[in-house]
Amino acid sequence: MVKPTLVSNTIRAHRERAGLTQAELARTVGVTRQTLIAIEQQKYSPTLELAFQIARAFGVGLDDIFGYPDTSGASS
Amino acid sequence: MVYEERNAWAGLIVSPIVMVVYVVLVLQQAAGGPLTGVDWFPLMLWVIGGGIVATIILSVGWGIIAGMKDPDGVGRSDIRDRDISRMGGRVEQGFVVIAGLGVIALCAVGADVFWIANTMFAGFAVSALVGGIARVIAYRRGLV
Repeated sequence: MVKPTLVSNTIRAHRERAGLTQAELARTVGVTRQTLIAIEQQKYSPTLELAFQIARAFGVGLDDIFGYPDTSGASS
Repeated sequence: MVYEERNAWAGLIVSPIVMVVYVVLVLQQAAGGPLTGVDWFPLMLWVIGGGIVATIILSVGWGIIAGMKDPDGVGRSDIRDRDISRMGGRVEQGFVVIAGLGVIALCAVGADVFWIANTMFAGFAVSALVGGIARVIAYRRGLV
């Protein structure tokens, strides 16, 4: 079993709030619907460029869409 | 299923068939005699050519059927396809290198050209098969 990526995301919530289908968002950011599904399900880590495109499609920052756990142990 | 995944499946379906057909033809031609007496070169060329044609026919036919259901994504590929293709290529490379080392070892011991050529052929066939499996797993289970 392949472990899901540590990069979490809220694409689905943002997409539903924006009233976009997977196909529409995929077309906007220039990927196939299957790739967008894989990203939403954390089965594929998007490239930085694609992550920016997704965030920009919703008009928000990268941090609003993508998260990464703090593995350094330092509290912020 | 995206275009590149269909191609990966087509290769995965065709390559084991090609391997089996080749082995059967070689054994048939040997007819119980020594394998080194088999005229393997035309057989190998025919099997490779047949495999390429079968893969193309399968992926084109599959693409036409898939295009009827989802005309949008028939021939499209994207960054994930390229990432998966690169990963599959790395897996394949390992087996080609092993076969190459086998060929060097066989040359060093003066093995018959039949074994040298077929070791390389087996390396290509196994690398295509394992690379195809890796690609399909990445498409189905994810690539992180």
